[in-house]
Amino acid sequence: MSITPTSGRIIPRLRRDTILSLLEKDTRLDGRKLNEYREIVVAPGVIPKSEGSALARIGSTTAIAGVKIGVGTPFPDTPNEGVLTVNVEFVPLASPTLEPGPPDENAIEIARVIDRCLREIRAIDLSKLVIIPGEKVYIIWLDIYILDHDGNVLDASMLAGMAALLDTRVPKVEIDEKKNVRIIRDETTPLPINHKVVTVSIAKIGNKLIVDPNLDEDDIVDAKITIGISDDGRIVGLQKAGPGVFTYDDLRLAIKYAKENSVKLLRALEEKKGTKISLNSVLKSYVEEKILKHQII
Amino acid sequence: MRLGEKPKLIDENGRRIDGRLPDELRPIRMEVGVLKNADGSAYVEYGNTKVIVAVYGPREIHPKHLTLPDRAIIRCRYHMTSFSTTERKSPAPTRREIELSKVIREALEGVIFTELYPRTSIDIFIEVLQADGGTRTAGITAASLALADAGIPMKDLVAGVAVGKVDGVLVLDINEVEDEYSEVDLPVAMMPSFKEITLLQMNGVLTEDEFWEALKLAEKGIMKIYEVQRETLMSRYSKVRAEVEE
Repeated sequence: MSITPTSGRIIPRLRRDTILSLLEKDTRLDGRKLNEYREIVVAPGVIPKSEGSALARIGSTTAIAGVKIGVGTPFPDTPNEGVLTVNVEFVPLASPTLEPGPPDENAIEIARVIDRCLREIRAIDLSKLVIIPGEKVYIIWLDIYILDHDGNVLDASMLAGMAALLDTRVPKVEIDEKKNVRIIRDETTPLPINHKVVTVSIAKIGNKLIVDPNLDEDDIVDAKITIGISDDGRIVGLQKAGPGVFTYDDLRLAIKYAKENSVKLLRALEEKKGTKISLNSVLKSYVEEKILKHQII
Repeated sequence: MRLGEKPKLIDENGRRIDGRLPDELRPIRMEVGVLKNADGSAYVEYGNTKVIVAVYGPREIHPKHLTLPDRAIIRCRYHMTSFSTTERKSPAPTRREIELSKVIREALEGVIFTELYPRTSIDIFIEVLQADGGTRTAGITAASLALADAGIPMKDLVAGVAVGKVDGVLVLDINEVEDEYSEVDLPVAMMPSFKEITLLQMNGVLTEDEFWEALKLAEKGIMKIYEVQRETLMSRYSKVRAEVEE
């Protein structure tokens, strides 16, 4: 059963009013323009033991994604395709409001939106992941963990997920005469990718639309729309969330904002592609950056 | 599920697999006040899709810590009966049902004047009795009728319909077969009087122009469904009124 959230973070009335009055002047508490995305960092290859991995940061929002690959049976309706499974976990270390437990409706929603954005455009060429047609195929497990929740976790999860898929290498397999499959983890080929996909989330507060809401903004949004955009500029998925409503004009502006910002996100995916970044260095540079900006001392 | 050969979904005359034109809805039936215990209830059919909804409340919440001091909370459950599908569906809630319960709650929450009923809960229970495509949108249409039947003040009714793209053609109110083979599934719900969108999801790939075309098609269907909703409520309550006046 889905219940109106009542145990979220409490945002002081003063801060809320400040956000609202700044929006009236087309600006935001952190100084961004309405259609301005936060700084993006994508670090692939952070977990060498996985088949593919990446850490993505949007401002302070941090998500880490890992890909594990196994062998299993295909779904009966798609005997000649590999299997992709997307899972998102909101772990309690990411925010004081999160508690341990199985994925709740928010985590499930995000995982399903990411899954749909990847699936319908065939971002991964699952037809190339068949070992014995109808019997044995590769199973791609894409697991995404939120590490730091500072708003807009969906876009960060999608970015980490896509970056991890781009970093993924598929292990070779050996098949014996009894059709037993053995995975050889030392010999790999890149995961066949047809398209890169990113999502851009746009929040509506009052009658204003803002791109990439931070946590304070996320807490007071009336509604959000997440737009999946492929590297060829098509819309590959949509999801409206929150109790508010969107007019046609809102949607027109949201799609425009999404297309503009998708370029930046897609570029971030390319920047470090093919490299291996140490987890230590990404997290360290993050702390140093925060000290430089006098955010923590 | 894509079992077997894909059937031809649009014939030479531009007709769909069930004989409809691309912009045609299935036969739609609605009833309100179909359950005795519920404060409000409704039954909706979009062709072979059959959905029943009960609304309870505004009522006290247990556990108490879920209450909000300034408005009612909404609790919503979208559930498919185990016999609603071709293969038996386990009655345990799936990830799909958990997601849909959330998006349906959010599609209705902005429409209800929840601030009129602080510290209470309004509970919406949707049971899909038979699934043939468009169950979430039929569920929303029925839920808004049941809310109206419960006498809960709302800005407007909410009506929903799904648009699909089959064999390259945008079609209104897709059924299960069309959904199975569709390139796009775009469920939409609106407050028809305001043309404001309360639910929007898309599974598939569209250019921006195609998206606008699909949304327009959805709006066309929603306006027709809204008419049926209004007629259903009017005829029900004019009967009630006649009885009261006797």
